This record gives sequence, structure tokens and C-alpha cells, in this order.
Amino acid sequence: KRIKTMETRDLRKSAASGGCGECQTSCQSACKTSCGVANQKCENSN
Amino acid sequence: MIHQYKLNGYNIVIDTCSGSVHSVDDVAYDMIAMYESHTAEEIEAEILRRYGGRPDVNAAEVRECLDDIARLKAEGKLFSEDLQADMEGMAYEFKRSRQNIVKALCLHVAHTCNLNCEYCFASQGKYHGERAIMTAEVGRRAIDFLVENSGTRRNLEVDFFGGEPLMNWEVCKEIVAYARSIEKEKNKNFRFTLTTNGMLIDDDVIDFANREMHNVVLSLDGRKEIHDRLRRDYAGRGSYDVIVPKFQKLVAARGGRDYYMRGTFTHNNTDFTNDIFHMADLGFTELSMEPVVCAPDDPSALTEEDLPVLFEQYEILAKDMLRRKREGKPITFYHYMLDLKNGPCIYKRITGCGSGTEYMAVTPWGELYPCHQFVGDEKYSLGNIWDGVTHPEVQEPFKSCNAYARPECRDCWARLYCSGGCAANAYHATGSIGGVYDYGCRLFKKRIECAVMMQVAEEEEGL
Repeated sequence: KRIKTMETRDLRKSAASGGCGECQTSCQSACKTSCGVANQKCENSN
Repeated sequence: MIHQYKLNGYNIVIDTCSGSVHSVDDVAYDMIAMYESHTAEEIEAEILRRYGGRPDVNAAEVRECLDDIARLKAEGKLFSEDLQADMEGMAYEFKRSRQNIVKALCLHVAHTCNLNCEYCFASQGKYHGERAIMTAEVGRRAIDFLVENSGTRRNLEVDFFGGEPLMNWEVCKEIVAYARSIEKEKNKNFRFTLTTNGMLIDDDVIDFANREMHNVVLSLDGRKEIHDRLRRDYAGRGSYDVIVPKFQKLVAARGGRDYYMRGTFTHNNTDFTNDIFHMADLGFTELSMEPVVCAPDDPSALTEEDLPVLFEQYEILAKDMLRRKREGKPITFYHYMLDLKNGPCIYKRITGCGSGTEYMAVTPWGELYPCHQFVGDEKYSLGNIWDGVTHPEVQEPFKSCNAYARPECRDCWARLYCSGGCAANAYHATGSIGGVYDYGCRLFKKRIECAVMMQVAEEEEGL
């Protein structure tokens, strides 16, 4: 009733992915000065 | 651990280690705050004391909410803990296991520039050295170096950077052509980006960039008087009137492919949302506005007194972006672009940006540096594109850079969003890549709070 939980990727369970490394390097994506890892997408999020 | 905050009418709880986000009412907000340090009886008594006058708050309601909190904790969505006791070791081992993998290069194709921007970290494009231009031969070797050192990685990134890369445009095109000629045989997918001040954009640049560049980053600081104050040519003339029509033409022809307008705000325009809105008024929708990083005694440097103003600006921006989305005219702000469902995995989040390991900068003469912001500082030279990393002792500290490397980060709620932050910013602010750029941290945390709030608002409003 009082708590709405957003649908999110479970970071702890994401360890099972092994980290494929195919995602974009964060500093290349827009600003070149302040790292934006959180602003990236996973290319294998299944 | 959790982080709780109130913003724009929402009560938000972020569970750091799982990435869970909860939107809660006032009663649950207070109960969650007390949950780990009080007994159920104490929480019930205190909540009834605070809210007992409300018709929807009674002992049964409070106990039901306590059960909900307990269930979320059991499911690992509240008060969750780190995956391992030694997360720093996990990050280090993950990086070590991939120590020779390089997947991204920043190619400094031109250490020269046709603008003379006062705040330029690259010292007007020359990086404290002499004017230099990359040859096609060096560029092709850089591509080979990347392929040879990329292991099984398929997606490889190359950014054309400077200085001003369009001052060496024909070489950029030759490098792209070479990479395209080998990518099928090598089973690679090159993603090129171009970072430009726009002065030399013409139809050829537009056609080629829109065909070959995965992303283009276009430097514009916003309002004409703000942009022209610092971004001038060597005759002292502002560049706004030259570049804006070129940017508009390039973006209009881009057909929806990625681009970012990339501005810098300084002490002179702490009301930077007005610059973002100005860019939106010009028809640009993909926007990035970054705080200047410079010496504290620089007139452009942001000050402690600026912080409350900047925090308010980030809130104004978030609320205005929600308004624009409701009205069907959305804009994107890079740092508010969170994908809670398909964001990076834990490995990416704990290992950070990859500078000095999987990401390196290449000078016009083929020297390797940990990233573009270290170029010109010779003690950070890693080696070169012919011999690879010949100074492993320089690379080693970058392998140790991660979200848990700094004691200050281990208890920070935002550590899995910032991933330890920018090594270059830390170095320039503290003299060590292992330092903490505290000012940047505070801005970052505010941006994440705003970005998460926007996600909650969009979900609740069905935007």
C-alpha cells in the first residue's frame, strides 16, 4: 500500500552475466569530462 | 545500505547494492529510516505518535507496512549488502583478468585548434606541446593496435578528438575507410564518434559523419553571450554565429542518429539551465552540459558558494524536462539518462570508466596515454601503438581504480552509479588519481537524485 517498487535490474544478480564488456566506454559517449557509467546501457541485459 | 531523499513531492528510497528504487509515502519513509536501528514496537509507537491523527494510520496499518519492509529486505531489495565482503578485490581481479583487453581509443588526430577557448583543458588543443597532426599511417596503426589488443570484444570504439579533428578531416576519413575494410575479416564492429567545435563543418563533413559516425559531440555552451565569452577564435571573435547554423544543418540531416550538444558551464553561468533551454529553443534535443574542471584560482572555476545555485538548477532542469515530456516535446539530458531496467551490470559499475586499461588516448605521433585528459603529462605516458604498454608501472594504478578503491567511496550510496568517478578529475583536483574530487561528487549525487526522481515521476504519471 505504502511502497511502490520500480522495476529495476538486480545488480547483485547481474553478476551472473560475467561482464561481457561489449558495452560502450562511458567517457566516449557524450561529455568527455565526467564519467557517466550509470548513463550507459547494457548490450546483453537479458 | 539505503539512501532516502525527498524531491519534487516524491519520497524516494534507493537500495544501493541491489539498485532497487522505491517510491513511498510519508509513513513508510519514516519507518524505513528507523527500521535498522529500532525495534518494531518502538517504530509502531513513534509512527502512531507522529501520524496517529490520520484516519489511515493505526496499529494494524503500521504492522502491515513493517511486514512489507521485512519482505523487501528478505527479497534483497532493501538494506541489501555488497555481493562480496571484498568488493575492491573483486573489481581488481575482474580488471586483472582482462588486463590486455583494449576496446576504445581516443584518437588525437590534431593537436591544434582554430578556436582559442579560455577554459580549454587541452591548452588550446596543443596539450602543452607543439602543434601536431596525425598521419594516416599512424591512424591505421592505431586501428591495428586496437584490433590486436581487443581479444574477443566485438564492439570497438574510436573517437576522433583533438584539438579540432576537422583540421585533419581527410585523415579521419582514411582511418574510417581502413577500419571498415578490415572489420568483417576481423569480426569487429567499429563505432566511430566525432567531437568537434563545428567551425569547419561543411556538406562533406555532414554527409560523411552522418553515414559513418555512431555519435557526434558538438561543442556549444548555450546562449550566444555565454558561448562567445569563452569560445572565440584567435582574432577574439565569438564562434556562435558561425557554428549554430552548421550544427542545425548537421543534426537535421542526421535522421535520428545519436548526437550530443555538449556545453560547459562555469562560474560565469551558474544559471546553466537557461543555456540548456536555449539549445532546446534552437531545435536541439540531445543535450549535455558539464561543470568546468580547472584550477581553483581560474576566474571560470566553480566555487563553494555556487553549489546551492547549481543544485537548484539541476532540480529546475528535472522538473522542466518532465513538463516537456508531458507536453510531448521531450529533451534528453545526458546525466538524467538512466535505464533502471537495462543499465550496466555490476562488473561495469565497480570497475569504472576503464581509463588506462580498456580505454586509452593516442597522440598524433602514436604515444599512448590513460585518457585524453592525461595527454601532455609525460609521466603518464603508457607506451605507444607499435610496442604497446611499455610502462606497466604507470598502468598499474589505473588497474586499481574502481568504485571501492577510495575509503570515502565504500560507504557512499552513489558508488554504483559513479563507479569511482573520473580519474583525471581526481588527479587534477587532488594530485592523485586515487584522490576524491569532492566537489564533483556532490554535483554527481545531486544529478543522480534528480535522474531517479524523474524515473519515478514518469512511472507514476505514465509518461
